[in-house]
Amino acid sequence: MKAGPSRTNRPDNTAFTQQRLPAWQPILSAGIVIPGFTLIGLAFIGVGVALFVTSQKITDLEIDYTGVAATSPCFKCTSFAAENCMCQMEFTLTTLFEGPVFFYYGLTSYYQNFRTYGVSKDGYQLSGDTYYFNNPQDSCAPYQYDSNNNPIVPCGSIANSMFSDTFQLYQVVNGMKKQVPLDGKGIAWWTDYNIKYSNPALVNGSFANAFSGTVKPVNWSKPVYELDPTDQANNGFLNQNFLVWMRQAALPKFQKLYGRIAEGDYAQGLPAGNYTLLINYSYPVISFGGTKKVVLSNVSWMGGKNQFLGIAYLVIGSLCIVMAMVMLIIYAKYKFTDDDEDM
Amino acid sequence: MLRRRLNRLFGGDEKRVDSRTIYVGNRPCPATETFIPPKFCDNRIVSSKYTIWNFLPKNLFEQFRRIANFYFLIIFLVQVIVDTPTSPVTSGLPLFFVITVTAIKQGYEDWLRHKADSEVNKYPVRVLEDGQPARKDSEKIKVGDIVEVVEDETFPCDLILLQSSRDDDTCFVTTASLDGESNHKTHYTVPDMEKDLQSLSATIECEQPQPDLYKFVGRMHIYKPEHDPAVRSLGPENLLLKGATLKNTKKIYGVAVYTGMETKMALNYQGKSQKRSAVEKSINAFLLVYLCILISKAVVCTTLKYVWQSQDGQDEPWYNQKTEKEKGTILYVKMFTDFLSFMVLFNFIIPVSMYVTVEMQKFLGSFFITWDRDFFDPEIEEGALVNTSDLNEELGQVEYVFTDKTGTLTQNNMEFIECCIDGFQYTAFSSELDSFCVTDGPVSTFQEKAGREKEELFLRALCLCHTVQVKEAGPDELGGDQVDGPASEPLRPAEQRGFIASSPDEVALVKGAMRYGFTFLGLESKTMKIKNWQNDVEEYELLHVLNFDPVRRRMSVIVRSKSGDTLLFCKGADSSIFPRVRPEEVERIRMHVQRSATEGYRTLCVAYKRLSVDEYAAADAGLREARLALQDREEKLMAVYNQVETAMSLIGATAVEDRLQEEAAQTMEALQGAGMKVWVLTGDKMETAKSTCYACRLFRRSTELLELTVRTLESGGRRREEMLHDLLFDFHRKAVQDAPPARAGVNRSWSSANPEYGFIVDGAALALVMNPSPDTNCSRYRSLFLQICQNCTAVLCCRMAPLQKAQIVKMVKNSKGSPITLSIGDGANDVSMILEAHVGIGVKGKEGRQAVRNSDYAIPKLKHLRKLLLAHGHLYYIRIAHLVQYFFYKNLCFILPQFLYQFFCGCSQQPLYDAAYLTMYNICFTSMPILAYSLLEQQIAIEVLLDNATLYRDIAKNAMLRWGPFLYWTVLAVFQGLIFFFGVKYLFSNPALQDNGQVFGNWSYGTIVFTVLVFTVTLKLALDTRHWTWINHFVIWGSLAFYVVFSFFWGGIIWPFLKQQRLYFVFFNMLSSVSAWLVIILLIVLSLLPDILLGVLRKPRGPHTQQLSKESLLYVDRYGNGARRFPLAVTCSWRHSG
Repeated sequence: MKAGPSRTNRPDNTAFTQQRLPAWQPILSAGIVIPGFTLIGLAFIGVGVALFVTSQKITDLEIDYTGVAATSPCFKCTSFAAENCMCQMEFTLTTLFEGPVFFYYGLTSYYQNFRTYGVSKDGYQLSGDTYYFNNPQDSCAPYQYDSNNNPIVPCGSIANSMFSDTFQLYQVVNGMKKQVPLDGKGIAWWTDYNIKYSNPALVNGSFANAFSGTVKPVNWSKPVYELDPTDQANNGFLNQNFLVWMRQAALPKFQKLYGRIAEGDYAQGLPAGNYTLLINYSYPVISFGGTKKVVLSNVSWMGGKNQFLGIAYLVIGSLCIVMAMVMLIIYAKYKFTDDDEDM
Repeated sequence: MLRRRLNRLFGGDEKRVDSRTIYVGNRPCPATETFIPPKFCDNRIVSSKYTIWNFLPKNLFEQFRRIANFYFLIIFLVQVIVDTPTSPVTSGLPLFFVITVTAIKQGYEDWLRHKADSEVNKYPVRVLEDGQPARKDSEKIKVGDIVEVVEDETFPCDLILLQSSRDDDTCFVTTASLDGESNHKTHYTVPDMEKDLQSLSATIECEQPQPDLYKFVGRMHIYKPEHDPAVRSLGPENLLLKGATLKNTKKIYGVAVYTGMETKMALNYQGKSQKRSAVEKSINAFLLVYLCILISKAVVCTTLKYVWQSQDGQDEPWYNQKTEKEKGTILYVKMFTDFLSFMVLFNFIIPVSMYVTVEMQKFLGSFFITWDRDFFDPEIEEGALVNTSDLNEELGQVEYVFTDKTGTLTQNNMEFIECCIDGFQYTAFSSELDSFCVTDGPVSTFQEKAGREKEELFLRALCLCHTVQVKEAGPDELGGDQVDGPASEPLRPAEQRGFIASSPDEVALVKGAMRYGFTFLGLESKTMKIKNWQNDVEEYELLHVLNFDPVRRRMSVIVRSKSGDTLLFCKGADSSIFPRVRPEEVERIRMHVQRSATEGYRTLCVAYKRLSVDEYAAADAGLREARLALQDREEKLMAVYNQVETAMSLIGATAVEDRLQEEAAQTMEALQGAGMKVWVLTGDKMETAKSTCYACRLFRRSTELLELTVRTLESGGRRREEMLHDLLFDFHRKAVQDAPPARAGVNRSWSSANPEYGFIVDGAALALVMNPSPDTNCSRYRSLFLQICQNCTAVLCCRMAPLQKAQIVKMVKNSKGSPITLSIGDGANDVSMILEAHVGIGVKGKEGRQAVRNSDYAIPKLKHLRKLLLAHGHLYYIRIAHLVQYFFYKNLCFILPQFLYQFFCGCSQQPLYDAAYLTMYNICFTSMPILAYSLLEQQIAIEVLLDNATLYRDIAKNAMLRWGPFLYWTVLAVFQGLIFFFGVKYLFSNPALQDNGQVFGNWSYGTIVFTVLVFTVTLKLALDTRHWTWINHFVIWGSLAFYVVFSFFWGGIIWPFLKQQRLYFVFFNMLSSVSAWLVIILLIVLSLLPDILLGVLRKPRGPHTQQLSKESLLYVDRYGNGARRFPLAVTCSWRHSG
């Protein structure tokens, strides 16, 4: 060991400082890539088949009730004059629609993802903070205060434009209408219902008092605390349909869950037969060229019907296999010529 | 610099005239009625950029001059002012981070410069005050101060020599650190100076500071009470330059005339300009492309928005009413605001964090140079030094290397290697002094020996034929000879002699003779004393010295021995001696001379002649007459010399090695193999420089030399200008026009079919080329000159002034294709070229620290250049190039989905990703892996890079950052961006993705895209990583894990400071959906497929197939990894090569 200064200046001899850290140096060689591609290809094809088959099994039924065509039963409701307009759509199931059946409503050309629309709500208000009942945030404009300068609760464009059509589904049994129960519970995200949104505390034992001094959104017919007359618990910000609506859709063509058919006689699904859909038509879409529809669908482990995933998996899986084969051919050809040269 | 300019503007009246008056000792003089102490700048050297006070504003100003930083500042301001989709924090935070990190780095570097400056400025000097030397800091010296300098000290400023401790009113100086000449120059005191400096009352009038080292004009007025003022003229021989070193003189006194930034040395520096690497220029070019993409995106979106809004019912659907404010805004203002909003939304396409990452990569990466043990030199106990880390990658791009000779290529350390007497060869001696005459020792390769008389004659000739002085060594100093540095091997004290000579060769010869037993004792009043083998002292009377000159290329002495014989000893280059000796003697010696010359030694032939009394009388008369001639003295002398030096007999030849730096030849060969062109720029003599070039194998025997020097210019007997014209065209025809189309320079062929050319030019000829007389077309000469140079394998420029060196560098730098230049040097004379070149390398030599201080990188030895360029430079370049491309790539595929989303949200500037993701993407999720990659990647092992210099050519000309690769990365990014967006879009054609039928919203959409994005870009980097250390594993998998953990965390809590809990449980819900999992996996695999395919099919970078088999052994050994299997790519590449 040399002493003193020669050691102080000399750089440390560590693997890191000398750039000699032990390293794994993978090379994408044919021996790895060809089996790798084959395996990926096989796995993808397997998944693809499973997805495709699953998706094929899912049945869905779409009923457009916009009423643009004059022949449509809902045509009468499209004029502005019509108030509390009801229309009926008829449909027939030839086989059992396997349950549980999910009831969606769908809109097209409806931009829930407008930026100004998307920010037009007051998160504090919706979490039950009563301070913001009287002082809604500016982001709610132009639905912050009404023309009399009363604060709107819930404020903002999203709440104001809440989907207001209501549906009742009847099975026609021997000429009699038998109502199919639509379960509106559990259609919103669990966290939205339980954590993110909450109602204000009762004031003097009354839920409505908590909203005193505020007005309902301009387009609403009922205040937020009376959204669901049938179920007291399903009112206020925790109304399931309200929660579903508040979660903005990603694309202008979207569908939202309205209810679930899983009770009573219909737990196994909708039996074959004639059905009537009674619509309380109040939500205007024609002004911006949109359409409205109702979708009945059952779901699988992968969600609703969607052919895309299965097909994509199958295509890419086959692509991998093909590429592996091509590479194998190249590899074999040149590998063997290489051997020849060596000899 | 600025100070000087200010001085010039506001300075006193003396500034208006072209001379300055200096009051010696700063004392008033009787002649001047009013003594106004003139204002000159102080002796401070300032190389730093900032002071504490101006650091913040100046640094901020400089940083925002960078277009990228300025751009982000604008974006930030727009976000603050206009209602934009993202908050100002998203761009303000990264910007603040970037600015801070850069400021810290630059501050640190400037602090180092301050430290180096103050080391020089605080150097203690002694200034005479009231006759007594007073210690002062160097920076305190004022013009007019009388400064005392002792032996081996450097002069702190430019001084007029007043007094020397030597009797003959001279002092010796070496200007090695100024112009590279290490011989001793004699400077003279002002004539008839008084001894008492205290009572001296004088003024000096001299010209204003100017950079020419060899010019000085001045006058000194000396006032004495009862006499008229005496006037003495002052020339360059009276001026001692700052940076030169006092030698062989105990002490001198001098008066300061130029100080600080006005000294000739300082004026020879050029201002420190911020060097920018080629990579940075590429970045800026790419940046412009991306800026165009960004603007066009914003324009497209804005246009589409208004087109779309013009449709019925889309402008203001009932569910999304406008606010009063929106309604009130004028349409064009709205459009402009929308444009700005889109700019803000897409601004992430220009990667703000790239600059931080690049800065960090450079800063941290440069430590690997500092840490490299291969750069550690045990002699000076120092390693490499990095002054600027901005240029790391430039080390991998060098096309031209400009090297200094003295101290860089050579050690400036001559050594006697062998000699040949009467045709018998005597190789290097062992340490035994008398081994010369031992026949059976290892010293002689020939059993036969020349006769003893011949041996003695030869050694006498060596001892007498020179102009060496013996250093009068004091009892306390056992100094070695002056040309040798401290590296000279220890001698026994009896042999301790210090020799001083104008050329180190002479010292080597005298020392060589001394080791063989003939010692030169010294010259005393025309008598030369030598000690022979018998330890007898022989005395010779020195009659005449026929000085060396580069045209004759020989020198002679005429001496008279005790016995009364008059002898002429002559030594010189073979070409000048052989015609003057008897032809039959030549053949025996010629073989040896040629053999020694091929070895790269400097050879000299020694001849003698016995002069009869008559002959001597004639010669003596001729010489005396010629010396006294007033006109054409040189020519007359030359004629006499030529007359005397005839009909000599050849005794032998010597071979002296100007010891090259360790591994100089290998280094040069490696550099040339790597495709670099090496130019030697030296202030030294042509002969010396040429032999060095041969020794370094820059010139080979087969190289045809094209000489453009004063000698060739004047040989034709015509005007220089005409000759220059002819020569230039001649050379141009040879080297450029007749050269085969496959240019030798680019691809140095090893076959002998192509003649190789070496070009030699000297300072005077260069001046003619650069600044020809006005009637000639100067640009034509320049371009001819440049073309010749570029077609030669090596270029030697000798007799260069420091600024001329820089001129050459500048000329090449600005030539077509703007090649990357590198200058390497060790002395202050190299500073200007070090500053001029793209990369300046300082060698930590013996000639002071100026070069090191002004360099970008400093290494202890020349040989380290090889690893610095071939290994470090190569790796840095690959790393940073990949870093840059990857950054643009990852930001393009980051922002492309956001752009596409605008088509599906009515062009309403809705962000696809949450603000947290927007901010964190570049800072946290994807920054560390690429940083680790850019610090650690070694696609090719360092050993392989060092062994295969040709690998360096693969990355030449900025190969990885050209438009081709850039396009590839861009296409890849667009492809992946499309896949990310549309893959998820098709999935969302039915947003019910969970088995409970619940639907996903827009934030789920963005989160899925973002997850795919983060995983894909990280895995893409993983695919590119060829060198997986534990750090790479840690950061790559760690980043992905961090993303997942962060997403859980960010979405798992209701954050009180957020107005909208947009991401609340979005990530969690996404993971609970099987479809989301499947689509993420699908899209990642699909995005990476083309890259994997290309990676397999592309030729691997690295040793070529033939070498692979050899090298693979190495890999297996080092990494214990035998998995270097037969890559498919190799097979495919054969198809093309075969």
